[in-house]
Amino acid sequence: MSEALIKYIDTPHPVTGVTNSKLAIWLFLATEVMLFGGLFSAYIILRSGDPSWPHGSEFLDIKLATINTMVLITSSVTMVMAWASLMMKNLSKFRLHMGITIILSFVFLVIKYFEYSHKIHLEYYPKTHNFFGIYYTLTGLHGLHILGGVFVNLYFLITSGKAWREAPTLFTGRVEAAGLYWHFVDLVWIFLFPALYLL
Amino acid sequence: MDESKFDPGYGIGLLPNWSDHGAAIDQLIMILHIFMVVLFVAWGIFLAYCLIRFRQRPGHKASYQSATSKLPKYAEVAVVLFETFLLVGLSFPIWSRYRLQKPDPEKALNIRVVAQAFQWNIHYPGEDGKFGPTRPELVNNAFNPLGVDKKHPDSHDDFWSVGTLYMPKGVPVVADITSKDVIHSFAIPVLRVKQDANPGLVTPVWFTSTQTGKASIICSQLCGVGHSRMSGKVEIMEPADFDKWVAEKKRPFKPKDKKPANAQLNIEKLTKGASS
Amino acid sequence: MSHDQDSHHEHKLSFIQKYIFSVDHKVIGIQYGITALVFLFIGFVLMMLMRWQLAYPDQPMPILGSLFPNGMPEGLMSPDFYNELGAMHGTIMIFLGVVPLGVGAFGNYLVPLQVGAPDMAFPKMNAASYWTYFVGGVVMFASFFLAEGGAAQSGWTSYPPLSVLAGEGQTFWLVGMIFLITSSLLGSVNIVVTIIQLRAPGLSFFKLPFHVWAQFVTSFLLLLAFPPLEAAGVLQLMDRVAGTSFFMPSGLVMGETVLDIAGGGNVVLYQHLFWFLAHPEVYVLILPAIGLITEIIATNTRKPLYGYKTIIYAAIFLGFMSFLVWAHHMFMTGMGTVMSDFFQVTTMIISVPSVVILTVLIITLWGSSIRFTLPMHFALAFLPMFAIGGLTGLPLGLTASDIYLHDTYYVIGHFHYVVAPGTLFALFAAVYHWYPKATGRKMSSFWGKMHFWGSFISINFVFFPMLLQGISHLNRRMYNFPLTGEGTTLWDIYPHAASIQDLNVIISIAAWVLGAFQLIFIVNFFLSMKFGKKAGDNPWEATTLEWATPTPPPHGNFLTEPSVYRGPYEYSVPGEEQDFSPQHIPPKPA
Ligand code: HEA
Ligand code: HEA
Ligand code: CUA
Ligand SMILES: [Cu+2]
Repeated sequence: MSEALIKYIDTPHPVTGVTNSKLAIWLFLATEVMLFGGLFSAYIILRSGDPSWPHGSEFLDIKLATINTMVLITSSVTMVMAWASLMMKNLSKFRLHMGITIILSFVFLVIKYFEYSHKIHLEYYPKTHNFFGIYYTLTGLHGLHILGGVFVNLYFLITSGKAWREAPTLFTGRVEAAGLYWHFVDLVWIFLFPALYLL
Repeated sequence: MDESKFDPGYGIGLLPNWSDHGAAIDQLIMILHIFMVVLFVAWGIFLAYCLIRFRQRPGHKASYQSATSKLPKYAEVAVVLFETFLLVGLSFPIWSRYRLQKPDPEKALNIRVVAQAFQWNIHYPGEDGKFGPTRPELVNNAFNPLGVDKKHPDSHDDFWSVGTLYMPKGVPVVADITSKDVIHSFAIPVLRVKQDANPGLVTPVWFTSTQTGKASIICSQLCGVGHSRMSGKVEIMEPADFDKWVAEKKRPFKPKDKKPANAQLNIEKLTKGASS
Repeated sequence: MSHDQDSHHEHKLSFIQKYIFSVDHKVIGIQYGITALVFLFIGFVLMMLMRWQLAYPDQPMPILGSLFPNGMPEGLMSPDFYNELGAMHGTIMIFLGVVPLGVGAFGNYLVPLQVGAPDMAFPKMNAASYWTYFVGGVVMFASFFLAEGGAAQSGWTSYPPLSVLAGEGQTFWLVGMIFLITSSLLGSVNIVVTIIQLRAPGLSFFKLPFHVWAQFVTSFLLLLAFPPLEAAGVLQLMDRVAGTSFFMPSGLVMGETVLDIAGGGNVVLYQHLFWFLAHPEVYVLILPAIGLITEIIATNTRKPLYGYKTIIYAAIFLGFMSFLVWAHHMFMTGMGTVMSDFFQVTTMIISVPSVVILTVLIITLWGSSIRFTLPMHFALAFLPMFAIGGLTGLPLGLTASDIYLHDTYYVIGHFHYVVAPGTLFALFAAVYHWYPKATGRKMSSFWGKMHFWGSFISINFVFFPMLLQGISHLNRRMYNFPLTGEGTTLWDIYPHAASIQDLNVIISIAAWVLGAFQLIFIVNFFLSMKFGKKAGDNPWEATTLEWATPTPPPHGNFLTEPSVYRGPYEYSVPGEEQDFSPQHIPPKPA
């Protein structure tokens, strides 16, 4: 296959200093910045144009969200450790940290689920007010990103044995890219949390 | 003039201009097009010349060296300078007159234009110069298309016209444009006026006609199946006739009120005020 | 359809692996190309139906009319069907036709070849990009048949509240757009990475063919401008399916019913998000086109490009500025003087790099030796056509003249001059120029020239009258110019439309003639695969790397990795035997 001919899949390009996938993930994150940037500006414009906009703290559960923030930050740390374990050539430690990362993501999603069902129980739907509309849209989209990350990480965890045996540097690079994505998702939450819950 | 038809004088070319600010717009369009034609023709001649002179033929060879003439640089700089002139000299002033220099409301005819699928509702404030408040739930297409709150004191002398904007010649009209449903766009081509009618937003435009006659109001924003049917008329009258029309206009809320209607809105006085 | 056998191929792949789910950038490029041409054709057919209604309003359409029993009962077009056709014509032409052809097909096919790479950086992602595009296209097109109430009918711009209140077709449109956006993002990440990482040894950035630069800038535009539209799409989808009111202000009344929504939304917000994409999008249409014709012009003038670096800087500047002009589509929404002044200034500024690019191309002709090959015909025609399109952008870019011209056929004339005889001609030129590389055979030059002259003449009879109609204030998106209540004179309300109705007939007839000439192209395209003149590896005697491959290029492209020794347009170098010096051949030692 010609794929074998493609260069800089696992070794960095001498001039740019990055592998293909690392460059790609940075470009992808740039698009994500624009996506959430668009949504955040929509949020700002809607909010500033609507005098009836409530304070998030009146309706949203800051306690749960704070816990969730902790959970996500911790998962970012374990994600880094997973990658670092690979750098130190320790596959079982990688599995441990990756496993924790995935579990923490599920914890996040479960807490989110409780938050949502509580809102719905109180009959706060997206159509109740644009505040809830934005809340559901932004956190929902963010949740989808988490879910996407979970799938990718699970895939890496499951295939790690084979991947590590066959192409360790490639695998490490991929995990690093997934890590960059994960930090970004985390960062989005760091913006969402004050914007929706605190302000 | 045949009353059933609009003024003739149409064909290919800019529509006649009846407004006092339109001449500047037309002038800008003319200057621009002359500039464009000159540029295009000069450039086209150069292109044609090159195609003929430098066609491939026996004995003719391309030269490795690039053309060295400074001419293109000068041409580019000239284009930039000219565009600056268009902006600063013509477009900015016209637009600021269109957007910033609002006529004194005391000396103008104030109206609201409320678009809906697919008609134009023109709301006149009546004698008190105040528009009665409107509420969506009161909308009734047959009797109260604007949803005016009839109990409110400001609405007692309001009246409206569906489809036709009646206005006097020579008096500035300030129209607050808005919409009840989707986005429409309020355009009177002969008066060189165009403004989107956005639901939830009110945007004022103003214009003064220098001429009497009838012309079309055209919806200039796709608004659904009836978009092409959504036209209206503007009927520009001598101020005295306009006053008469206002007087004749049946006042919707107090039909038994016999007060002489001429007093409602003495446009003739306004004209004099405006011209002085 | 790429060719019979490639002998350089070691593996035996099944037909499906090779031609359907291929990961070879050339096959994917060709898949993109064919799909895009089919969509162009569909978009064109939709428009031909509209032109009937415009030329002969409210008269039943013969023959074709009976094909659409819902939209055209008894051959009479209904206004909603007209609006569906308009919205879908615009959407299909732009998002499913021209961009996939310019970026998907030519970007994919040529960029790896021109940078000397064996393939795209991510071949599987490349295939994913094509299939996402394909699904998006199918969803869009299917809405004609599957959606309750027909396809989207709120214009390609889909402004709310109209689009939020519209029928099911709009949901298809939004879902289709999300697929198309995803596809574009995958594709452009791939192109950028390929250009940055996979250039052949010696091929520095300032030795790249300009086409690669154009694709590079285009990809950045797609990467940064599409996501905000995705945001707008998501918000609009929420408004439609979850009942939010992001774009729905309070107190909307439809007929006499007050809409049951929370309200508080902003209708202009959507327009900002939309045009933040859609203005850069128009440069996404034009930049690859300019890139392609630059290659063709350089090859056929046998002369280095005049101002190679200038044109690159101009393209970069153009790309950058294109993010700062979007609101020139919104002058009539009621913006104040500060904003409108800002956007008119940026709009005038953005015209400067276009002037520079055109100047570079035309000065290149000076002192050259022009070969009037078939692709060169289309490439040369591009120049004046783009000039007309570009120049007519200026009156639209000044708020004062836009008061009169906005939403008239002047706008339609303006942009069709840039997209149809502009971009589309550039793409035709490119098809003719690179067809021999992909298939090993040239397309018939005689029929190609018939296609050219027929299209060139008729297309001007389509679009020039539109400019005149616009000057006479004929509004766009008009199903007809109907009877008044009294029903006496047909043209009561739009008297100016009556006086120029003849132009509509001329335009429509010219459009159908234009369509007829495209049949020549289609036949030529398919027959030449079998019967075209055999072409060698480098039929046009060109210098860039794609011509250094065997024809058609095998999987993996180059037999040995090429090294690059010189700039892309070394033609008529003094002291060399040939009048072209390919990039991969070192200069003779002096
Ligand atoms: C490929 C597509 C394309 C391109 C390249 C352009 C290029 C430009 N466009 Fe256009 N435009 C569209 C596609 C495009 N546009 C579309 C699709 C719409 C309508 C959308 C809709 O509403 O549905 C639109 C609408 C549109 C509007 C909104 C009009 C309205 O709705 O009222 C405006 C306003 O400013 C505008 C301006 C411009 C300008 C200033 C340029 C400039 O970039 C042009 C610059 C080029 C030149 C100036 C020509 C230069 C050269 C010469 C002639 C050479 C001269 C030589 C020497 C001096 C040596 N365009
Ligand atoms: C890239 C964009 C593009 C292109 C190429 C075209 C091409 C054409 N368009 Fe279109 N048009 C738009 C984008 C485009 N248009 C948009 C965005 C709108 C606005 C929609 C809206 O209002 O929302 C519009 C609106 C629009 C209108 C206005 C409708 C209205 O306002 O009511 C009209 C009217 O005549 C029109 C006509 C034409 C014509 C005659 C062509 C001709 O030039 C077509 C020529 C086409 C070809 C020459 C295709 C040939 C290709 C093939 C034959 C393929 C061959 C196939 C194989 C080999 C397999 N267009
Ligand atoms: Cu109202 Cu178009
Ligand atoms: Cu634009």
